[in-house]
Amino acid sequence: MTDPHLLAVVTPYTIPVPLMDVLQVTVLVLVAAGATAVVLVRDLPRQVIVLSGYGLLLAVLFLVFQAPDVTLSELTIGAVALPMLLLLALAKIRRREK
Amino acid sequence: MSPGQRRWVFLAGLAGLAAFYLWGLSGLPGFGNYPGPYGYIINRIAVAQTNATGVVSAVNFEYRGFDTVGEEFILFIAVAGMAVVLRHLRSERARDPDKPGEDWSIPAATDAVRLTALLFTGPVIVLGWWLASHAQTTPSGGFQGGVVLATSLMLVYLAGEFLLFRRISPADVIDAVEAAGAAGFAAVGLTAVALGLPYLKNFLGLGAVPGAVSSSGTIALISFFVGLEVAAAFTLIVGELVEQTLLVQQGDQ
Repeated sequence: MTDPHLLAVVTPYTIPVPLMDVLQVTVLVLVAAGATAVVLVRDLPRQVIVLSGYGLLLAVLFLVFQAPDVTLSELTIGAVALPMLLLLALAKIRRREK
Repeated sequence: MSPGQRRWVFLAGLAGLAAFYLWGLSGLPGFGNYPGPYGYIINRIAVAQTNATGVVSAVNFEYRGFDTVGEEFILFIAVAGMAVVLRHLRSERARDPDKPGEDWSIPAATDAVRLTALLFTGPVIVLGWWLASHAQTTPSGGFQGGVVLATSLMLVYLAGEFLLFRRISPADVIDAVEAAGAAGFAAVGLTAVALGLPYLKNFLGLGAVPGAVSSSGTIALISFFVGLEVAAAFTLIVGELVEQTLLVQQGDQ
């Protein structure tokens, strides 16, 4: 059987592997920094907003790892739906505390 | 055990974990290494076999369609569980959303938020519909489209139109849509069985042109049903939580 790597589809738009590696490592480091930032923020509503930005970073991560369909899901779920659910929950808890 | 002794036990455990972790890391393949060959093979044959140029959708709804049915029902059951946990309790009553009162903890949306939300609602609906109906052609699919469609309803809520949000997403109708979406997926599979084919076998015509919206047979159909299911599921989740912010425990106030 042929070497599986020879089966990879190459188009004029294919980004060279070394460049892609640099891009992927850069975004991985950004994601690690973003996750740390989410944990370090202690004010809850603010933390939700930082989490929303972190969702955006994850979406970029999935894009540079060549999963544009997952990017679309993460964009809406991580950056919009999850923060909104958390804010609604916070609103509920706050009123109980009053 | 004194705090000092505890620290030593912790440090010994940490050293052991670190040693095993580094040992495990040293055996990993290099960054970006893909031993294949399934990805490459699918890339070569999927378009010819299914007429779907969105190969990820072809994998999700055709090659591993049975797994996707399972995932579909995970979401279905999760939403049902959430509805049960967040059901109205006897000791709770709904507050009137028209009369927020002094303890209203959600400030009214500012004009900037309302305008932005209203401007985006229409385009987001179009985008969601496009994503859900083009799984077979481009990287998209029922899940993405469904989530985006549900987001458009969240925008209606963000625009401050709570009553409108409730009117255009009545729980009974959304429940029915969710059930229809989940059942539709399963029914596509059962139809194949009724025709004497394996479960979820693509029994529709694949179309003549790869990448056409009308191509790929059941892949497009399943994606549509998934879109219905997911849009309804996320609308129900948000609706339940919005309702919760309006519920007060008797005795709280």
